[in-house]
Amino acid sequence: MLFVFTATFSQEKLDEVKIDIKQKGIKKSLTKTANTSVVTSKELLKAACCNLAESFETNPSIDVNFSDALTGTKQIKMLGLTSPYLMITEENIPSVRGASQAYGLSFTPGTWVDNIQITKGAGSVVNGYESITGQINTELLKPLKDIPFFLNVYGSTDSRYEVNTHFNKKISDKWATSLFVHGNARVTKNDMNDDHFLDNPIGKQVNFTNRWQYSNPETGWVSFFNIKFMKDEKQTGEYDFDPKFDKLTTNHWGSEINTERLDFTSKIGYVFKDMPYQSIGFQNAFSSHNQDSYFGLNQYNIKQQSYYSNLIFNSIINNTMHKFSTGLNFTYDKYAEFVNLIDVSRIDNSVGAFFEYNFDNLNKLSYTLGGRLDYHNRLGVFFTPRLHVKYNPWEKSVFRFSAGRGKRAANIYAENQQLFGSSRVFSILDTNGKIYGLNPEIAWNYGISFTQNFTLFGKSADMTLDFYRTDFQNQAIVDVMQSPQQVLFYNLKGASYANSLQIDFNYEIIKHFNLRTAYKYYDISTDYLSGSFQRPLQAKHRFFGNLEYETHIKEKGKQWKFDFTWNWLGKQQLPTTATNPVDDRLPEFSPSFSVMNTQITRTFSSVFEVYIGGENIGNYRQQNAILGEHNPFGTHFDTSIVYAPIFGQMYYAGLRFKIK
Amino acid sequence: MKNILIGMMLLFVTLSTQAQDKKNKNAKFEIAVGGNCEMCKKRIEKAAFSVKGVKSADYHLDDNTLHLIINEEKCSILDVKKAIANVGHDTDEVKATDEVYENLHECCKYERK
Repeated sequence: MLFVFTATFSQEKLDEVKIDIKQKGIKKSLTKTANTSVVTSKELLKAACCNLAESFETNPSIDVNFSDALTGTKQIKMLGLTSPYLMITEENIPSVRGASQAYGLSFTPGTWVDNIQITKGAGSVVNGYESITGQINTELLKPLKDIPFFLNVYGSTDSRYEVNTHFNKKISDKWATSLFVHGNARVTKNDMNDDHFLDNPIGKQVNFTNRWQYSNPETGWVSFFNIKFMKDEKQTGEYDFDPKFDKLTTNHWGSEINTERLDFTSKIGYVFKDMPYQSIGFQNAFSSHNQDSYFGLNQYNIKQQSYYSNLIFNSIINNTMHKFSTGLNFTYDKYAEFVNLIDVSRIDNSVGAFFEYNFDNLNKLSYTLGGRLDYHNRLGVFFTPRLHVKYNPWEKSVFRFSAGRGKRAANIYAENQQLFGSSRVFSILDTNGKIYGLNPEIAWNYGISFTQNFTLFGKSADMTLDFYRTDFQNQAIVDVMQSPQQVLFYNLKGASYANSLQIDFNYEIIKHFNLRTAYKYYDISTDYLSGSFQRPLQAKHRFFGNLEYETHIKEKGKQWKFDFTWNWLGKQQLPTTATNPVDDRLPEFSPSFSVMNTQITRTFSSVFEVYIGGENIGNYRQQNAILGEHNPFGTHFDTSIVYAPIFGQMYYAGLRFKIK
Repeated sequence: MKNILIGMMLLFVTLSTQAQDKKNKNAKFEIAVGGNCEMCKKRIEKAAFSVKGVKSADYHLDDNTLHLIINEEKCSILDVKKAIANVGHDTDEVKATDEVYENLHECCKYERK
C-alpha cells in the first residue's frame, strides 16, 4: 500500500525487475514515459560517496566538477548546465535552491540515501516551474524498511574523517522512526602544491535527521515527518591564516564559511478506499538556512527562510489508461542577504496550480502532458508547459521525446560565491529587472533519446543515444570573459544555448563483469559583451568508462567487489586572463587530461564489510591553481579558475557494519 | 395489527433487497484468465479496458489472474469476461471460440483447460 502511495505521489512507477537476479546499479526503464534512470543504493557504494554531490562519480549522465580550493565542494552539471538549472528535490520537496545552491548537495550524507532518480529534460510540472535541464530526486531510507542499526566509518589521506550512524525503531506495525547522525571533519591542513594555500578546506559538519513514518494499509493513510539539523564550518585560504588574528585583515588571506540549517518537513497522504488509483497528498516544508562567510576582505552573509507547500490529487479518467495529477503549490522565501554589508534582501513568494495528464495505451505509446500557471511577485504571471512522449518502436527499444519551459530567479551571489575568492569587482550592468536588477531566466529545453537493449556474444548489452538542446530566451549572464579583474552580470543580449549529445554503451563482458562507457559532446555557447564563447570550465568532449567486477557470493555473503572509473576531459575554455602579467596568465584553453578512481570492497558477511579506494590515482594536478597567490590582496588574485583536481591522488578506507 | 406487522416486514424486505441491489462503483474482482506472455497481458488488459466501466485492469502472469476494479453501474463482470473471451482468452465463465484461439500469436497459445 505504501508503495502504491509513494509511486503515485512521485508520479513515477518503478517497474519491477523480473528477470535480473542481482540488482543493477543504474536502472533504465523501457516503459516509463520520462527519461528517468534510477541510481540504487548499490551504485552509491561504488565510490567514496561522502555526500550527495559525490555520489554521481560513476554516473555518465551527470558531470561532477572538481572541487575548488576555496569551498571544497563539488558542483554537478547535467546536459552541460550547472545545478541551478536543475530541480533538486529530496523526497519530492525542493531541497537545493536559493541560498543552499552552492553547498546544498554536501549537506546530505551519502549513507542516508536509498535511491536517486535522475530525469533528463524538462521534468514534471508537479514540483514547480524552475527545472530546465532535469530533475534529481533523492529518496532517503524509509523508517519502516530500515535496519535497526548501521555504522559507517571513513578516513582518507587528505585527512577527512566521517562517521555515520543510523538507528531505527519499529514502534508498532504502523509507526517507525529513524535517527541518522553524521559527523565529518578535516583536521589537518594540506598543501601538496606548495602554493602556501590549502588544497581543500579544513572544517567540520554535524548533521542529524529524525524521521517518522506512519502507514496504515487498512485505512489508506500514510505520513512522514522529518526534522533535520545541520551545522557546517569550513576554513580555507593561506596555510598560515589564523582566523583569531587574521580575519578581515591583510595579514594573511583566508576565508571561513559557516552554515546552519534547520528543516522540518511533513507529508500526509491518503489512498481512497477500494480505489488504489486515487490519492491525495499534502506536503509542507519549512527551512531556515543561515550562511555567514568572508573571503579575504569580501563578506557575504545570507539567511533564507523558506516555506513550501504542495497539495496534490491523483486520479483517473474512466480507467487507468488515463491518469491525471492536479494541485496547488505555494512558496515563500525570505532572503536576508548582505554583500560586503550592502543589503540586497528580498522576499519572494509564488502560488501556482498544475494539471498533468498521463496517457498509456498499454502497448507502445505513452505520454505526459502537463501545464501550470503561476503567480510570482518577481517573475509575474506565467504558464509552464511540459511534454514527455515515450514510444517502443520494436522489441527492447524505446524512443523518447520531451519539451518544456522553465523560468527562475537567478540568485547571482549565492550561485557564484566562489568568485568572492578573487579580487574581481562585481558589477551588475542592468538595473530595471526585479532580481538584483536582472530579469528572470527563461529557457526552453527539447530532447530526444533512443535506447536499444540487445545481446552480444550471448551477453546483455544496451546502447543509448541522447540529444538535448536548451535555448535561453533570457539568462542572467555571469561574464568572466571581459576582464580578469571583473565579473559582470547582465541580461542576455543575443543567443545562448546548450547542445548536449551523449552516447552510452553498456555491456556485461562475462558474468559479474560489467562495462559502462559514454561519450559526451557539449556545445554551450553564450554571447558575451566581448563576443561569443563556449561556457568557461566546460569540456567540449568527455569520455567516461567504468568497469565493475564481483565474485560469486559465497557462504554467509562473503564477496569481493572491484570498481574502476576513468574520465577523460578535453580542453576547456578558461576565463580570460590575457591582460594579466605573464606569471598570472592562463592559456585560453586548459589541457586535456584524465582522472581515474578505483575501489575494492570486501564483504565478510551480510553485516560487515570494509572498503578501500583511491581517487585520482593517476595523480593529475592543475598547475597554477591560484592566480596571483603571492599577492592575495593585489588585483590579480583568483582562486575560482579550477578545471582539474588540485589535491592529487587521495586514498581512503572505510567500514560498514549493520545489525539486521 | 397482524396486517401492520406483515406490512412492516414486507417494507423491511423490500428495503433490504434494495440495499442489495445498490451497485458498487468500485467493485473489486479477481478472475482466472488463460494467458502466457507479455503480449497476452497487453491483449487481455486492452480487452478489459474496452468495456465501459472498467477502471483498472492488471493481469498477473505469475498466477494467471486478472485484477479488476469496475463500476457496476456501467457494466457487469460478465461483460468483461465476454470481451476477454472475444480476443481469444478463456475465463472461468466464458470461453473463447476455437477460431479466435487458433488465430493467436504462436507464443500466446496458452494451455486450455
